[in-house]
Amino acid sequence: MSPLVQGLITVIVGVGGCVGYFFLSNLILDKVIFPPKPGDKGRNINRATMVRPWLFLFPALFALTLYLVYPVIGSFWRSLHNRANTEFIGFDNYTTMFADSGFQTAFINNFMWILVVPAGATFLGLLVAQLTDRLSWGNIAKSLIFMPMAISFVGASLIWRFVYANNPDIGIINAVRDFFGLMPVDVLQLPFWNNFFLMVILIWIQTGFAMVILSAALRGIPEETVEAAIIDGANPLQVFFKIKVPQIMGTIVVVWTTITILVLKVFDIVYAMTGGNFETEILPSYMMNFMFRDDGRATAVAFVIMIIVLPVMIWNIRQARKEMR
Amino acid sequence: MDNIAGTRPALTWVVNISVILLVIIWLIPTVGLLVSSFRDRDQIAISAWWKSPFPVAQNFAAKADAGNAVERDGIFVIEGNIFAEGGNDARSIAAFGGRRTDPTGSAPGETAELTRDRTLTVQENGNYIYTSPAEIKRDPSIYFAAETPPDFSLDNYREILTSANMDRAFINTLTVTIPATIIPILIAAFAAYALAWMEFPGRWLLIALIVGLLVVPLQLALVPMLQFHNMVGIGQSYLGIWLAHTGFGLPLAIYLLRNYMVGLPKDIIESAKVDGATDFQVFTKIVLPLSFPALASFAIFQFLWTWNDLLVAKVFLPSNSESWVMTVKIADDLLGSRGGDWGILAAAAFISIAVPLIVFFTMQRYLVRGLLAGSVK
Repeated sequence: MSPLVQGLITVIVGVGGCVGYFFLSNLILDKVIFPPKPGDKGRNINRATMVRPWLFLFPALFALTLYLVYPVIGSFWRSLHNRANTEFIGFDNYTTMFADSGFQTAFINNFMWILVVPAGATFLGLLVAQLTDRLSWGNIAKSLIFMPMAISFVGASLIWRFVYANNPDIGIINAVRDFFGLMPVDVLQLPFWNNFFLMVILIWIQTGFAMVILSAALRGIPEETVEAAIIDGANPLQVFFKIKVPQIMGTIVVVWTTITILVLKVFDIVYAMTGGNFETEILPSYMMNFMFRDDGRATAVAFVIMIIVLPVMIWNIRQARKEMR
Repeated sequence: MDNIAGTRPALTWVVNISVILLVIIWLIPTVGLLVSSFRDRDQIAISAWWKSPFPVAQNFAAKADAGNAVERDGIFVIEGNIFAEGGNDARSIAAFGGRRTDPTGSAPGETAELTRDRTLTVQENGNYIYTSPAEIKRDPSIYFAAETPPDFSLDNYREILTSANMDRAFINTLTVTIPATIIPILIAAFAAYALAWMEFPGRWLLIALIVGLLVVPLQLALVPMLQFHNMVGIGQSYLGIWLAHTGFGLPLAIYLLRNYMVGLPKDIIESAKVDGATDFQVFTKIVLPLSFPALASFAIFQFLWTWNDLLVAKVFLPSNSESWVMTVKIADDLLGSRGGDWGILAAAAFISIAVPLIVFFTMQRYLVRGLLAGSVK
């Protein structure tokens, strides 16, 4: 049976199963377990109302617990064991890892990614959002800058190979160097700077995301504040930096943190461009070196990523709670 | 706000030009890929894609046929036309030579002196005269550079789809994507309804949990879940990757849908309940149809995410070439085995990004709405 057919059957079974589950479980709850019989009608309806949310939530909570909550504990537990998962070795995986120069490089590189990519994407996104705000063809421009969002990281890496290629007849950078009579260089092998060439790819992808959200936030600014500033004699730059930016600071922070989280997940770009060679390793790609080979080390790296994400997670939860009150 | 004080015409120009520049910078890499994917592989290597509309100077080698040699006044002569031998689209000679070490040393019309008193003359139209004082036994080589017209074709696509198995990878990607997009929607919709419109103890805790899970790095789940799949007998399979994508997509799905459902008008839902509708009926008959925009937003997100994913596919699918999805195929196979074959790489990349681009441009509205609902509150 072709996998595609298998997939379509899975869709039918999955969707049918979900609908069946929700329908039947509600039916059983209402008719069998707590039927609104005369006598204790009110009490039974109340009891059914108490149980029903959990019927609605059960499949989602089950999947979430299995695929996201349990792995946090499971990964941590696994990282305390040796390669073959036969022996408890405490924090040995962590201590060997911290001593490994490859990990240190990956950690430092990742730190640079976290500094540069969210800043670059947010700044460019804000710039584009502001510039296109009053433009008659602004929506077309935005749509084109947003487009890389749809492209896979692997596809984007291939696209940028055509920019970075060593051959001046293929790579734009080396074509420009060639034009000025300079020797071609492989920018992906330039120590230290190659990291930035890789970051450019992610900035290229994420600028559209930042732009869309910041553009909506800019639109939400009360016009009176801008008009008042202009009447008071503020120039366009002052209006932008002193009136608009402070008002959308909250959104800027959200965009910034969202991209930061993303940076910690993306291993595709490094994997497809340099394979982690030439000192471009970052934590997610460093982890993939150990995947399937030494799961203890792999989970230890994953847990380090989790620790880095933790402050953002706590901050998000606090924000969400604030909004709900 | 167009005509308020403070906007200056000069500034409008600056804004227009900078946006045009930004858009061009943003598009150049993709345009390069697209153009390259249609070009002849020999032309890609020697002329840049931005010069692709113009003729390319390419080097060729041809053989004069020793069998055509005739003897005139004690000198052996071969006459003929290079282009008549066929094999390329070139029409006019830019330079030629008779030695491998000096393939383009002479201009058309000149006579090149070769070793052992032999000579070679090639005209611009390809007519050549080869002379030798001794009998010509082997076919002499003629090297020349000629302008070839731009060569655009679908050859790269044909090759990648037929001989390189990209068609198989395309089907695999589709197989992963469809169930992984549809199944989480329904599960998430029910949960989102419960979190938005049902009162029960612990609701805030669950919402906080969902918000927290939004940022849990996927990497954590890889090892334990693969272990779990092996334990229950799913192993590395499509079923495994569907389940994994479902699990990983749920927090965003629930979060997006709940945010949207909370904003639905309270009156409709309450009056339906007063009229005796159960929660199940309210959900299927009222909330689900009204939430269509949010469902579409999430479906697009999940589709793009699963289509473009490399990490989950590498871990949860078997690593044989039969079950490679396109991203794995490109990253693990083509970049290695066809690393220098730019035309093939470009065609492969374009095949893999074509469907997401179509989805993106046709459904951008929903995507933007989803982004806004997911991030701005």
